[in-house]
This record gives sequence, structure tokens and C-alpha cells, in this order.
Amino acid sequence: MARFLLRRFLQLIPVFLGATLLIYFLVFSLPGDATAAICGEKGCTPAVEAALREQYNLDQPFWVQYFLYLKGIFTFDLGTNFAGQPITDILARVFPTTARLAIMALVFEAVFGIVIGLIAGLKKGKLFDSTVLVFSLVVIAVPIFVLGFLMQFVVGVKLEWANPTVSGDATFTELILPALVLGLVSFAYVLRLTRTAVIENSGADYVRTATAKGLSSRRVVMVHVLRNSMIPVVTFLGADLGALMGGAIVTEGIFNVNGVGNTLYRAVLNGEAPVVVSIVTVLIVVFVLANLLVDLLYAWLDPRIRYA
Amino acid sequence: MPENTKNMPTVRGAKISKYPIEHFVADPEDTPIQATDSAVSTEAPVSLWLEAWRNLRTQPLFLISAFLILAVIFVALFPGLFTNEQPNAQCMLANSDGGPAPGHPLGFTQQGCDILARVMYGTQSSLTIGLFATLSIVVFGGTIGAVSGFFGGWVDAVLARLGDIFFALPLILGAIVVVQIPFFRENRNVWTIVLILAAFGWPQIARITRAAVIEVRDADFVIAARSLGVSRTGALVRHVIPNSLAPVIVIATISLGVFIVAESTLSYLGIGLPPDVMSWGNDIFSAKSSLRSNPMALFWPALALSLTVLSFIMLGDALQDALDPKARKR
Repeated sequence: MARFLLRRFLQLIPVFLGATLLIYFLVFSLPGDATAAICGEKGCTPAVEAALREQYNLDQPFWVQYFLYLKGIFTFDLGTNFAGQPITDILARVFPTTARLAIMALVFEAVFGIVIGLIAGLKKGKLFDSTVLVFSLVVIAVPIFVLGFLMQFVVGVKLEWANPTVSGDATFTELILPALVLGLVSFAYVLRLTRTAVIENSGADYVRTATAKGLSSRRVVMVHVLRNSMIPVVTFLGADLGALMGGAIVTEGIFNVNGVGNTLYRAVLNGEAPVVVSIVTVLIVVFVLANLLVDLLYAWLDPRIRYA
Repeated sequence: MPENTKNMPTVRGAKISKYPIEHFVADPEDTPIQATDSAVSTEAPVSLWLEAWRNLRTQPLFLISAFLILAVIFVALFPGLFTNEQPNAQCMLANSDGGPAPGHPLGFTQQGCDILARVMYGTQSSLTIGLFATLSIVVFGGTIGAVSGFFGGWVDAVLARLGDIFFALPLILGAIVVVQIPFFRENRNVWTIVLILAAFGWPQIARITRAAVIEVRDADFVIAARSLGVSRTGALVRHVIPNSLAPVIVIATISLGVFIVAESTLSYLGIGLPPDVMSWGNDIFSAKSSLRSNPMALFWPALALSLTVLSFIMLGDALQDALDPKARKR
């Protein structure tokens, strides 16, 4: 077990280094200069520009810049944004909100996606199954910002069941509607994955054996079919946590949630490269750790997968 | 019946049964081989693709989606056939947010442009981006996946990690970062968006291709080809890749829809196509500000977008069922 963990962890290191290097390279070393964004159209005096370049380590060669940046990650010193605010402070403020939003969305899509997908898979070809399939296709095809506006308008403005926008506190009840919108597309994917896997496993030999040896159909479905169908679903959910946190940009924009997505979006529009790089790095870390968690869950779900 | 059972060589130390071992060999006339040889197949052997096509022709899902896709392609090629209005030239602010009027069945945008004309002319850029981004990931991701699955070893390890690096960046997130690079900021057009989407979209298709190639790699017909002297690369190109295309085509079809959504999301965020390029995403972006007073300006381009994406996803679904014989028999 410990060896398995260590090996998986070591495999993550090149992914982490590669992804941060890629981002850093894309943002800082292609033509154009990050200082131009601060100076605006008028431009700065050479002295101010030189000072800025020094502040953001832009006067160093690329590799030195990258290592200074890596050092910053591990010492929790990510520098400041253009207004002089430490980026770690900004992250500490907005990260919990988005994490809460993403986890609520993940729980929603996992619970509803698996339950509905299981029922649809067991009733393959029936009316319920066809309805659910068509619904999932529509949800996947309609862009999330259209769904978001629609839900905001119907639930928030017309029915007044929930606040159409989220306050600075981002309480649990306020985040329910945005979390539903955020998780909706992935919910459709989870549903379809579960359905396919359940249909595939229902015909498996071990399911027939389990039924033949007299297990209740409840136990056959819950233990033998469902548990074996969870592997593709868990893989998807693990990769999705990272995507949800990064993909919250649109949802956070619609519902005015003060989270990572909104901060990232503003930083992109203002050309604040250091903020962009820091936020994306944090999101990469979340993604990588979520995938590590998925690997551990595999071994629990399918004992044939050995910790080797 | 053989008679020399008594003189059969014995294995030293092994316990010999006291009963004589009887050998029975059936007459050639009684063997099932005879029956197999004499059986004549009345049907010509059908390839996977022909069989899939026969299956598809009867599927309503396939027929509907194929019809919709052909219609969308036709609109993209000849938008002028579907509207008499010019999408940009005849915008009158007097018509701002106006409802349907004679000759303008869908009403007007905030800028007083004809919505129908804008939706028709916007088809082209959305479809071009979806099509070329998909082509690029199939060529690039497919090659990487095929090479890493077929050759294995360190090549596989290196390419898999490379894919992981790009996979760690969700599509929209990666695209947002790239778009804010000064070079892309100044050169935003259909082709740079294709490049960006393809750059972060290829790992998925590489993974699918790799898995499909590994499944076929050790099949008998590949070993036969190799033992007949076909080179490794030749076997890969001529035998392995054609036989592992099915899942790749399915995912590519669905990706096409996903890329169209991704483009519109970027345009919606204001960092996709520049405002002077007509696209559904840009129209949705500009309709956003007048959503409460003129929701139809957002509805029609969103409907066109959703129908197009839906038809590609449905096509992918239908292809998956047709190309997977295992799933069909059940």
C-alpha cells in the first residue's frame, strides 16, 4: 500500500512540473511583455518599467524565473497582484467559496447521476430510460450559460425560490442554485456513464451467479452490479472536480459568486499574468490530488486492481 | 482400436492405471470437420463498416441527426439562400430590440440587426471551428495515441505523461490562459481558436486511440502480417490503425459538438472570436446585456447552437451503437 502510494505520488511530480512549466512558459515567455498590461497604453518610463521587471523577476533568464516561481509555490509566497495585494491573501478569500461550490456540484451530480443512471440502466428501453436519455442529451447540448440564465430567470426571478445572485458570504443555501447549474452537464455525463456500465454489467456472469445462488435482487443490484459499474464513474468524477473548479468561471459570472473563477476572469481581462499563473497552478494541484484519490478508490472498488 | 497398449512407454515413478488405456479415433467421415467444410455460406462476408451502415440506415436517431447535420452544413456553405437580409449592413438602431416584423421573422438584436440573418451567417464560424479543431485532434492525438499504444515501453511512458500534463488543464481554463497571451490577444480569429482548442483537446483522443490500439496490437492478423515480413510501422499503419478506428470516430463526433460549445463559451466570456466575426457565441454575448428586455435575441442563436451540438452528439451515440457489435447483440 505504501509503495503503491509512493509510486503514484512520484508519477504526479512530472505532471505537476510539466503543467506549471507549460503555463509559466505560455504566460511569460511568448512575445509581448507582462509589464505592458500594468503600464497601459501610455507606457511607463524606463525606470518604472525596470523596477516592475525586477519586482516580477522578469529581468532574470526564463529558467531562473521558473525556479523562483516554484520556490514561491512551496513557500506560499506567490507575490502580489498589480494593486499590491498578496496573491495568497486573495486565494485564501476566494478559494473556499469555489471549493464549496464545486463540492456541492460534485455531490449533486454524483448522487443524482448514479441513482437515475442505475434506474435507467435497469429499465433499459422503457419509457423512463428513453426520457432520461433524451433529457441528458439536451442538457449536454445546451451551453451552460444558457442553462444558467434560464435557471436564474425562472427559479430566481419568476418563482423567487432563491436569490438570483449570491452575496459576499456565499452561504450554503445561496450556493444551491449555482451548484445545480454548475453540476448539470456533468450530471448528464455521470448518468450516461452509470447507465452504460449498469447495462454492461447486468449481463455479466457473476451477476447471473449471484442471482442463481439466491441473493436478493436488492443485494445483487447494490453490491454486484452497482459496485462494479462505479469504476468509469469514479474516474470521471475525479477528473471532474478539477474541471468544475476551473469551469466555474461561467457559473460564477452569472450568479455573481466571488470565487476563483471570477477572480481568474478579472485577472485575464486585466492581463494580470502573476495572478493567472497562481490560480491555474492551484487548480492543477487540485486536479492532480483528485486523480490520486481516484486511484485509491479504484483499489477499494475493484480488489482485482492490486497495490503493486 | 490400437492393440499395443501393453507396450506403451511408462513414466518412471508415475502410478499407472490398471485399466488399459483406450484410444479412440473417429472416422474422418464422422468428424464435424467434414460438416464444417461442406457448409456453404450463402452470405458474402460483411465488413464492420458495411454492417454498421446497414444497421445505421434503420436507426431514427441516426437519420434525424444526419439530416440536421447536412442541413447545418448547407446553411454554413450558402447562408445567403436562407435570408434576404445582410447580417451587418442593414442594421437600423430604430429597430433596436424590435419584435418580429414582415421580412424579419425572428425580430431584431439590440443593434437593430436581423436575428435570422445573423443566425444563418453565424453558422459558418461555429462549424468551421468545430470541424477543424476535431480534425486536428484526430490527426495529432490519434497519431500520438497509436504510436504510444503500439510501441509501448518508454515511448508510451513519455507520451502518456505528456498527455497527462495537458489533461491536467481543463479545456476552457487552458484556453483562457492562452487567449490572454499578447500574441493571441492580437491575433484572435477562427484559426487561432482552432489551435487553442486543439492544443488542450488532444489528450482525450490520444487516450482512446491508445486503448483501442492496445486491444488490436496482439491480434492474430497483426502477428500474421508481421511474420509475413511487414515492418512494425507498416503493420501499425495498414492493419492496426484501420481496425481501431471505431471508438476514435465516435469520440471525434462528440468532440465536434463539445468544441462548438467551447468556442461559444469563450466568445460568451468576451475572449473568443473578435466582435466583428459573426458567430453564435458572439451573438449570445451581445444579447446578454439586454436579456430582460429582449430574451429572443439570446434564444435564437442559443437554439441554433444547441440543435447543432445535439445532432453531433446524437450522431456519436448512433455510431457507437452501430460500431460496437457487442452492444448491439444485447
